[in-house]
Amino acid sequence: MRKSLIALLGASLFSASLSLSAANRVLIQNKGSDTLVNVAQAWAEAYKKVNPSVAVAVSGGGSGTGIAAMINGTVDIANASRSMKKREIQRAKAHGINPKEHVVGYDALAVFINQKNPIDSLSLDQLAQIFGRGGKFTKWSDLGVKVPGCPSDEIVVVSRQNNSGTYAYFKKAVLKPAAKKGLIAKGTYRQGTRDMHGSKDVVDLVEKTPCAIGYSGLAYATDHVKMVCVAQETGGPCVKPSVKTASDKSYPIARPLFMYTNGEPKGAIKAYMDWILSDAGQCILLKKGYAPVREVHCD
Amino acid sequence: MNASAAQQPDFDRRNLDWYIDKFVQALVFLGGISAILFIIGIFVFITVEGFDFLMGRFDFVEFFTSPWWEPTDEDEPTYGILALIAGTASVTGLAMLVAIPFSLGAAIFIGEFATGKTREFLKVLVELLAAIPSVVWGFIGLSIMNPLIIELFDVPVGLNVLNAGIILGLMAAPIMTSIAEDALKAVPDRYREAAEALGATRWQVVYKVVLPAAKNGLLGAVLLGVGRGFGETMAVLMATGHAINIPTSIFDSVRALTATIAAELGETAQGSDHYGALFTIGIFLFLITFLINLMADLIVRGVRKQ
Repeated sequence: MRKSLIALLGASLFSASLSLSAANRVLIQNKGSDTLVNVAQAWAEAYKKVNPSVAVAVSGGGSGTGIAAMINGTVDIANASRSMKKREIQRAKAHGINPKEHVVGYDALAVFINQKNPIDSLSLDQLAQIFGRGGKFTKWSDLGVKVPGCPSDEIVVVSRQNNSGTYAYFKKAVLKPAAKKGLIAKGTYRQGTRDMHGSKDVVDLVEKTPCAIGYSGLAYATDHVKMVCVAQETGGPCVKPSVKTASDKSYPIARPLFMYTNGEPKGAIKAYMDWILSDAGQCILLKKGYAPVREVHCD
Repeated sequence: MNASAAQQPDFDRRNLDWYIDKFVQALVFLGGISAILFIIGIFVFITVEGFDFLMGRFDFVEFFTSPWWEPTDEDEPTYGILALIAGTASVTGLAMLVAIPFSLGAAIFIGEFATGKTREFLKVLVELLAAIPSVVWGFIGLSIMNPLIIELFDVPVGLNVLNAGIILGLMAAPIMTSIAEDALKAVPDRYREAAEALGATRWQVVYKVVLPAAKNGLLGAVLLGVGRGFGETMAVLMATGHAINIPTSIFDSVRALTATIAAELGETAQGSDHYGALFTIGIFLFLITFLINLMADLIVRGVRKQ
């Protein structure tokens, strides 16, 4: 893959000196995180105007998909909403690939409930007991509320498929610490969670289902669902998820968003990565509802 | 070859026709054994892909008795497919409850009661029903059955065992009807004539004579339906709600073995334990469906020999 890319790059540079034709465009394959896919598409779209000789092909599927593709050597840039695991890095190295991590932004992980649900705030411990294995909250009345339109009182737990970076981050940031405290049996999800295949599906299901609770990147929030104010401690002050609270790290479940390249980026890929981290790229990220890596001024 | 050619032993028969004949023979032979080659090829392929996992991380007891399928956990991945087996089995079981009365009824009507144009028309219709792509069934489950179940039973989510069971039952019914009808047809007419001569009514003929005589074939039809249920992916993926769960009621969401492979395989690193575990599920599914189909085939064959 890399060889063919270099060959393609060489060929395109050579022909660029003669004439710039569409057939010789450099193609950057970019795949992964569902959280990042919208902004990755916006970047690819905007970059066409910056450098018409480079085309960026973006697809989603989840962080695991992107990382798997990086390990298998089928993408140039992998998007991920979690960092690569040790095992994955070892596996990549065995394939002759040396993943290099770039933080491209931050995202608040919002917890969504149906609009009819009277709950305003939840603590991390409460979230763990709703989502985690052996957690004690399985009915809304366990939390002291009655949800209109939810006669069964059952908490319908909406999660993500197991290769999702959002799934992995929520597990690491909410469930594992709770398991260490002994609040839940194990630092993982309970049985019977509805595993959705995309962030948007989570929001859609929560919107339609009064009994439901789910989590997704802040950028997927709509006016039809309610976002829970998240508290570090039960009874303590809570913070609403927003770009601002994700940037200043006051929101307890905000996470960095990553892009991985094979080794230090070179040529067209380096130019693209530099542009993403420039003001122009970061302003696009901000507009899509994510927090930029540093303070930027956008118009 | 003509007679004069046969009388001349040193006549060289290897003309163009001879070569064409040999070539077509070889081609037909290849076609004939290709099914066997493909089956062996597929089995070898999935076994090779699952081999590293089977020899390494695989733990027989955990794999079949743990309900926790957590292949991506960073600290402690678990590969238990009990909940997935429960999901597949519950959906297939319910599907059979739906499909058996439908398909038996249809087969008895087409085979024993309907005549002439009605019969031909119904047969074509059943075949047409069997040709509906499974993604279309899945779509029906997702967009029609889902709100209907929420409305009727007042449950929070309509993607569950009930939804998938009904969808899968309707999908399996046409094939089961065709095979059941074949089984009824295999019962010799003299049985019916003898029964009618003794004064039996039409229903008595069917109930007391034809059904008992065809019971093996009918069992074969049901088993093929079960095989279809185990192997079906798309509709089950869409209608079950995709929740790893050992169901305690028909309103629980579940996840099937096939759906797990379909949803996760494209997203794992080749050669990882997760990848191998998915192929091991594939081996398991292959063996189960192979056994079910083999059993069905033997039973149906047993009938034909009588």
